Amino acid sequence: MPQLPESKQKVKFYQTGTFTVGNRLLEQDQRTVQATIDRSNSLDSGHRACQGCGEALGARFAIDAAMRATNNQLIAANATGCLEVFTTPYPETAWSIPWIHSLFGNAAAVASGIAAALKVKGRNDVRVIAQGGDGGTTDIGFGCLSGTFDRNDDVLYICYNNQAYMNTGVQRSSATPAAARTATTQPVGDEPGNVFNTGKSVPLVAIAHQIPYVATASVHDLHDLELKVTRAMQIRGARYIEIFVPCPLGWGSLPGDTIKIARYAVECGMYPLLEGEYGEITAVTKIRRRVSVADYLKLQRRFAHVFKPGNAHQLEQLQAIADRNIRRFDLISREGDI
Amino acid sequence: MLKQIEGSQAVAQAVALSRPEVISAYPITPQTHIVEDLGMMVKSGELSPCEFLLVESEFGALSACIGSSAAGARSYTATSSQGMLFMMEAVYNASGMGLPIVMTVGNRAIGAPINIWNDWSDSMSARDAGWIQLFVETNQEAVDVHIQAFKLAEELSMPVMVCMDGFILTHSYSQVDIPSQELVDRYLPPFQPRQVLDPSAPVSMGAMVGPEAFTEVRYLAHHKQREALKLITEQSAEFAELIGRDSGGLLKEYDSAGKETVVVTMGSVIGTMKEVLAGMREEGHSIGALTVRSFRPFPIEALQEALKDARRVIVFEKSLAVGMGGILANDIRMATRGLNLEVHSVIGGLGGRPITRANLRRMFEKGLNDQLNRIHFHDMRMDVVNRELEREKAQRLSGSAAENILSDVGMVAAAKTI
Repeated sequence: MPQLPESKQKVKFYQTGTFTVGNRLLEQDQRTVQATIDRSNSLDSGHRACQGCGEALGARFAIDAAMRATNNQLIAANATGCLEVFTTPYPETAWSIPWIHSLFGNAAAVASGIAAALKVKGRNDVRVIAQGGDGGTTDIGFGCLSGTFDRNDDVLYICYNNQAYMNTGVQRSSATPAAARTATTQPVGDEPGNVFNTGKSVPLVAIAHQIPYVATASVHDLHDLELKVTRAMQIRGARYIEIFVPCPLGWGSLPGDTIKIARYAVECGMYPLLEGEYGEITAVTKIRRRVSVADYLKLQRRFAHVFKPGNAHQLEQLQAIADRNIRRFDLISREGDI
Repeated sequence: MLKQIEGSQAVAQAVALSRPEVISAYPITPQTHIVEDLGMMVKSGELSPCEFLLVESEFGALSACIGSSAAGARSYTATSSQGMLFMMEAVYNASGMGLPIVMTVGNRAIGAPINIWNDWSDSMSARDAGWIQLFVETNQEAVDVHIQAFKLAEELSMPVMVCMDGFILTHSYSQVDIPSQELVDRYLPPFQPRQVLDPSAPVSMGAMVGPEAFTEVRYLAHHKQREALKLITEQSAEFAELIGRDSGGLLKEYDSAGKETVVVTMGSVIGTMKEVLAGMREEGHSIGALTVRSFRPFPIEALQEALKDARRVIVFEKSLAVGMGGILANDIRMATRGLNLEVHSVIGGLGGRPITRANLRRMFEKGLNDQLNRIHFHDMRMDVVNRELEREKAQRLSGSAAENILSDVGMVAAAKTI
């Protein structure tokens, strides 16, 4: 197993009483790519994402970080979805990198093809990213994704997980959490919202492919996101990063709450941040200030029914899922480990 | 160099001579031998530089070619039957983006009922997908047309399907001349894409186009295909001059000029027909044949010219538009509008049903005697069909029609021997 670069920053960002991660506390070389004057603006302004879109934020940070890590030698393949639609319709494009959209379910395979072309042409300096939403990744693109992992093609696949098919009007995907309201899992009947004990964790599935690097990240911790992308680009072979990206439109949340919701998802245990290498989980981000699942859900109308009389069992079940994650991935800081 | 080899092996060698840079493939009978051979050539270093991707599905296979072609690499894949249907979304996408991928289709039936034998249902299902579709008669043509296909595809920025009858060609051994690398290199220049994914000149490919331009984009594809009619003729002439063999072109006439009855078909079946028709001509019948080599684009003008003196056309095809009839036949009817022609649609060879000299002769004689219906199902057992129809009338839970019919074929055959 090759020695991988250290991804965790030594500096602790937080100050007492605030969650702000301040660039001003850092040395120049530790600041985010977005804070630098030489950022590539790969995903430029003028696109049509909604206010508070987590995906636009995640993509901008991820791709710019990848650009810096590859000396701007990057090609991206994009699945059909919000990111594709809000960044393009011809003749406009918000992408300042070579970018291709082919289909909903084939971004990973297209990226594998690009990587093969670059290899045959001896362009080892040019790297390839595939990206898509959770629908294009965990459902319709799953076969191609698994193929890219299986062959260990030199592709970083980034999934922007907003937990439903937002582009088509908020329908359930296999990344939609239990109890969530979507257009196809309405809050009606005895078990309102998405049914429990369904869905899949593609990060864990990716780890099971024994690929060199897998990580989950969240748009509330952009330093961590950039570091994970940077680390991924320092590795050859198939890599997978899933970024938790709240969707104000689909989740019924305030645009201004996107970062808060993303943080709560991690801090309540619902969305564990982890890294895996060659089939093993190698790092988890400890929960620093635990919040309850209710705190996280309350900010989103897609879970409003959970708080209605008679649905308390749903809230309990959701809390149990978070508790299990905390146990399973050892997410709570031990004493002195902050 | 003349070699006694399998059709698939010959195609693999022709593809290798064309210097593909990326090959991706998923196994499906009867295409497998082609990509197996190519895989060996890549692994041994005989074909280099080339990347060989073993993908998880046909959808992945063509999608990988979309990526590699968009990144400027000459790209190749091969498929058949269900595989073609499984990649269909990417089939349309590749042509829509103008990516000059070459794909061999080892023509095979589509299920259900599952059937691995030859007919043209797979290629026909992609008829309107914007790919050029070239049908070949022999393995020699398969070799030559593959080399021409890369040149044609890249000149037009349009993908090309080379359609060859599964098993009949892919798995048959014959004497094939494999051109030298030097000749192929002289014929086929390196791939120069119209648009390429390159960090030094970033472009966005495959973005959305709305109603304001979609018609024009689609029309351009149609326009290019009509242009291809000229290019196919030119490039096959160029090939003939260099290699010394006329293997491509829009259509090929087999003593059809001035004949009262002309049989029109595609692919390998003309091999059997030629013999039957020669015999019938010796007996004094005015009957010839022609094959359509370029099914898409469809050579309307060339067909009008070739059929201008005919009175009767018998279109023989291994494909069926269920609920309508013959697919090639309808195209021929459209192409020959204005000519004083009786067009008969004959559908045969479905799912590998043998097409023999004897049953062809019977069918042609019917044609000459004006006994063919407008749609005729060649060598079909109507008695077997009727038994199933009666069964379905008699009982609601009549079971699997396919299974019943297969049982009946045996029973009817047994009854006849008694």
